[in-house]
Amino acid sequence: MNMESTTKMVSDPYAVDIDSLDFSDGRLFETGLWNSYFERLRNEDPVHYQADSPFGPFWSITRFDDIMFVDKHHELFSSEPAIVIGDMGEEIPLEMFIAMDPPRHDEQRQAVQPVVAPKNLAAMESLIRERVAKILDGLPVGEAFDWVDRVSIELTSQMLATLFNFPFDDRRKLTYWSDMAAGTPEITGGDVTNEERMVALQDCLRTFNQLWQQRQSELEIGEAESFDLISLLLSSDKTDNMIERPMEFLGNILLLIVGGNDTTRNSLTGGLYALNKFPAEFEKLKANPALIPNMVPEIIRWQTPLAHMRRIATQDVALGGKTIKAGDKVVMWYVSGNRDESVIDHADDFIIDRENARQHLSFGFGLHRCMGNRLAEMQLKIVWEEILKRFSNIEVIGEPTLVRSNFVKGYSSMTVKISR
Amino acid sequence: MVKIRFIEHTGVEHNVDALEGENLMSAAINNLVPGIDADCGGNCACGTCHIVIEKEWLGSSGEIGSDEQSLLTMTPEISEGSRLACQVVVTPALEGAVVRLPEFQM
Repeated sequence: MNMESTTKMVSDPYAVDIDSLDFSDGRLFETGLWNSYFERLRNEDPVHYQADSPFGPFWSITRFDDIMFVDKHHELFSSEPAIVIGDMGEEIPLEMFIAMDPPRHDEQRQAVQPVVAPKNLAAMESLIRERVAKILDGLPVGEAFDWVDRVSIELTSQMLATLFNFPFDDRRKLTYWSDMAAGTPEITGGDVTNEERMVALQDCLRTFNQLWQQRQSELEIGEAESFDLISLLLSSDKTDNMIERPMEFLGNILLLIVGGNDTTRNSLTGGLYALNKFPAEFEKLKANPALIPNMVPEIIRWQTPLAHMRRIATQDVALGGKTIKAGDKVVMWYVSGNRDESVIDHADDFIIDRENARQHLSFGFGLHRCMGNRLAEMQLKIVWEEILKRFSNIEVIGEPTLVRSNFVKGYSSMTVKISR
Repeated sequence: MVKIRFIEHTGVEHNVDALEGENLMSAAINNLVPGIDADCGGNCACGTCHIVIEKEWLGSSGEIGSDEQSLLTMTPEISEGSRLACQVVVTPALEGAVVRLPEFQM
């Protein structure tokens, strides 16, 4: 399959016919052009049909309220078989609950949800704070280094290792598998090759198979129940034999890895980037750290670490004066809805004391709403509390390097310098 | 006006005069009762306005829709009397209702 975009990316989307623009091009997010592209759609054709793309024809839903409508109506818009713009490929037909409709979705989600329930998180808060403190204390002061690698990736991989009770020294494997899982051109317009992805996913399945066996034998000999994700899957009668369905097992493991990895990682980087782009907000924050709890959802909105989710219409649906036909692919561009000026004032601006900061689309709405939202918020809150205790400034040097993907809206590196 | 008694998980009470026809989410928020996030702004789409209505008034709180039911089952702290505040319309039958707020919203 040729995944080259059928149309050329243009630096001024207003200069050409709207129907010639390709909104699925992963390079839009690598270059920052996404913002003007989607601004034009929101204003001129908010429910937009693109007849031709490397992922086939699809609808772009770009306004806040329309996205809420699609997300909420799971009976009109199915999450099966995949929730990213491209299909997952037939060599490894992964199954995961985010890409299932009720009732299977509900059963599997309910099995793993307790691990990120607020009560469980409250018990983990001091451990997270300890780990954050250690990472920050190990950072060089006064010299340039990569924030993505040393803070964002390090912290999220530590967190994932904790949630899975995964061998701590091997934790970067989780990050690697996460990057591989949805990084190919066919799935999200990324630049991972199919061969590399295949090898990585096989390794991931093998490793988690061993981990499952190990947990199972621990449970059998009556060792204390642990609250990690594998143990939770083992202890629900809906999921305790998931190992017999390798594609479902691997799919759900990858879902939890990607869900807990890219998102928080890129919000950790995005928040610091935003504070550098809006220095008055950084000053406001330093003067009043009590703004952190309100800043956290603002970071998650402004960054929007996952740009979209996709659905398939189950019947003809009228939306925004158009008729979406049964079977059509529908892409909810959260990244666009979060910049919708009709709902969010000065939506391009990062405003840490914004009113109603929690009313953003980054977690999605309805049945598939992000399960780890509270964990993500807690991690960001702790990181910023600990940063402000230690450092007077963190300066972003130059511009960060962005990821090529129409799904993961993120940073591959960002050089910074800390002042004590 | 309908009197509603919101009780935080810590036991702190808030006696609120709610307007007939509004929902319990806005009654709480407009009277500065803490503990409700209302991330979706009252669209029955997020589950962050979870409340627990005491038995005596539960029957007067209206039917639970299927959307509301699905979101409630995702809340780990679901219990008898669980509702989403945005879906409960204030009527005279709720006079004096006791409404408990959970420790956490999902």
